[in-house]
Amino acid sequence: MAFDSFTDFVAMGGYGLYVWLSFFLSFVVLAGVALETLLAKRQLVKKSRQLQQRQQRLARRTANRAAVGDGNEPKT
Amino acid sequence: MSQLSNRQTWLTLLKRDLRIAARRRSDALNPLLFLLMVVTLFPLGIGPGPDILARIAPGIIWVAALLASLLGLERLFRDDFQDGTLEQLCLLPQPLAFTVTAKMMAHWLLSGLPLVILSPVLALLLSLPLQGWWALALTLFLGTPALSALGAIGAALTLQVQRGSSLVSLILIPLFIPLLIFATAAVENASMGLAVHGQLAILAAISVLTVTLAPLAVAAGIRMSVN
Amino acid sequence: MWRWLHPYAKPEATYNLLQKLLPWFVALTLVTLITGVIWGLAFAPGDYQQGDSYRIIFLHVPAAIFSMGAYMGMAIMGGIALIWQIKTAEWAIPAIAPVGAALTVVALLTGAIWGKPMWGTWWVWDARLTSELILLFLYVGVMALYFAFDDARTGAKAAAILSLVGVINLPIIHFSVEWWNTLHQGATITKFERPSIAASMLIPLLICLAGFAFLTVSLVMMRLKNEILRHELHRPWAQQRLEQD
Repeated sequence: MAFDSFTDFVAMGGYGLYVWLSFFLSFVVLAGVALETLLAKRQLVKKSRQLQQRQQRLARRTANRAAVGDGNEPKT
Repeated sequence: MSQLSNRQTWLTLLKRDLRIAARRRSDALNPLLFLLMVVTLFPLGIGPGPDILARIAPGIIWVAALLASLLGLERLFRDDFQDGTLEQLCLLPQPLAFTVTAKMMAHWLLSGLPLVILSPVLALLLSLPLQGWWALALTLFLGTPALSALGAIGAALTLQVQRGSSLVSLILIPLFIPLLIFATAAVENASMGLAVHGQLAILAAISVLTVTLAPLAVAAGIRMSVN
Repeated sequence: MWRWLHPYAKPEATYNLLQKLLPWFVALTLVTLITGVIWGLAFAPGDYQQGDSYRIIFLHVPAAIFSMGAYMGMAIMGGIALIWQIKTAEWAIPAIAPVGAALTVVALLTGAIWGKPMWGTWWVWDARLTSELILLFLYVGVMALYFAFDDARTGAKAAAILSLVGVINLPIIHFSVEWWNTLHQGATITKFERPSIAASMLIPLLICLAGFAFLTVSLVMMRLKNEILRHELHRPWAQQRLEQD
């Protein structure tokens, strides 16, 4: 241990402001990148759900059309 | 149909670009006027004292030259891209990296060389000592080919981007830094009467390196945009 | 010889590999970074010249080294993307660039804060700080170019070419800035010229270096996973993966 007491540790020999500020800002920047990545992932999940719903809707519609017929198929 | 030799093709392309430029003189003229005006702004902003002007003249002239070289870059390939000439260039038997050097050469003749010719006037305006004049002209002569080559990379990469001019400056300015450093150091040394061979040699080396490697990047950028 | 690499040209295989490796890298990051930072802050002895302000080194140097390392990695991915047209390598560019830019910002911030007690001002045109600033500009250029295109593939190719141009220029820029700095050497003393660092400081620094290496890789892996999913979103496998976790 390089420091005698916790107060010494916080004071950093008079350089406390600089040391703690640099560690704090670095943490904010790097955690920001990580957080942004996690949020982007969540966004992707949402987008994927929308896409799946749309695909299902499309599938259902084509199935209905095939079953009922929408009047567009060639007359026999 | 006879095939053109490499040299003929290159010269034809160069002449074509020069002829187009001759029809639209303002395109080549505007960056020069811009440079002249920016240089005029500094004595007005800082004060007309010849001491301080002479001290910062190399930096001002070079920074202004860098900015001026960014001005017309957007147009370098844009018109040829829109009327399909670039596609034709891609189809030539000669490699694209070879043919684009003709366009880079034309660009240098229209933007770099006039700068070299204009430089004594700029040196005069900023009361640069007489020994600095030829050094300024030499650094511009050795450095502007690299500016044209790097500029061509920026122009090729942003071909498809709408309103890409701010983007071009953004990607090119960091790449201009070594040129600025060595050129201004050479002019400063020369105006103090010191030897400048080292800086000029490095400047020339940077130019040679850039001019040889840039066509590859330009060709890759054009192919990417044309496809 | 390279046959084992071929399956990873397929995005799904790469995704699965990343998925498998990521927890290990995150764990390694946490262990090394926490150990290194606590060791550096609390247990490493104070410097006899700079007192305790030197402890910023445990962030500044690793961040500076890996901000350059990340650019190298991005350029290598760009080369792979251009030569072999591997999509995963293209997606690695937007995955790496923001991480590298963040590391550059950390190096700049810590450098500036360190400069305040050492030089008396927040910003000094020191060679390393100037290089880092230019590196940040290079990252900004690559990111701006990537996002300027409507078509992601074209954007990735343009960014790949630019990152290769940048990586050739990086040493030239670096040395020119260093030369410029010695030329205009004013009142500043290059504080980074440390003769031989004592082992009691070197060990925590090495641990912090490892920590930043793992952190960089973990962040890039997380972002690359996102990029793969973003581009493969229309495929069933990607939708399944997104539902799973």
